[in-house]
Amino acid sequence: MARSIKKGPYVDAKLEKKVVAINDGSAKKGVIKTWSRRSTITPDFVGHTFAVHNGNKFIPVYVTEFMVGHKLGEFAPTRNFKGHSGSK
Amino acid sequence: MARIAGIDIPKNKRGEIGLTYIYGIGRSTAQRILTQAGISWDKKVHEWNDDELAAIRNFITSEIKVEGALRSEVQMNIKRLLDIACYRGLRHRKGLPVRGQRTKTNSRTRKGKRRTVAGKKKAPKK
Repeated sequence: MARSIKKGPYVDAKLEKKVVAINDGSAKKGVIKTWSRRSTITPDFVGHTFAVHNGNKFIPVYVTEFMVGHKLGEFAPTRNFKGHSGSK
Repeated sequence: MARIAGIDIPKNKRGEIGLTYIYGIGRSTAQRILTQAGISWDKKVHEWNDDELAAIRNFITSEIKVEGALRSEVQMNIKRLLDIACYRGLRHRKGLPVRGQRTKTNSRTRKGKRRTVAGKKKAPKK
């Protein structure tokens, strides 16, 4: 079931604070390290690079405007299946 | 033979069914079109006169996305997912189910015909 519109998109409060701080110039630009895969990408996020944790390491994700509305976790796959041994 | 949106509609079927031969129109959309055009759902396609046909064509071209336009929209949506490399895009790329279905068994529609992997052990017979 989809999230209620009334609540608006879910963004981790801490992560949002960091992004806003960079956008208004009070913090310097750089990669934002985050474990918050569940956060929705809002228009504020566009143009930033996030290091999204995949359970093992941090995957750099450069956010473009097409990604708005998706979650950060969608861009950092947690499984890395290279194929069975012997097949091909 | 009635031609709507570049598709031939079979003339011996009821209007409600005949319209579903157009890509993008199912039963409920067909019913909506006929209600808007003021035609009985049960009227056969060959019984439509020119006015009724025009009303149907009009409604479809102005309100509903069908055939080529709809197909290209779907393709564009998939392409967007592929380009941003999100999870759903990766699943499309690999030809696996996109919406979290199991892949241990089944999902043959997405995966295609079975490809047997060599060297896989068979369960011992009892």
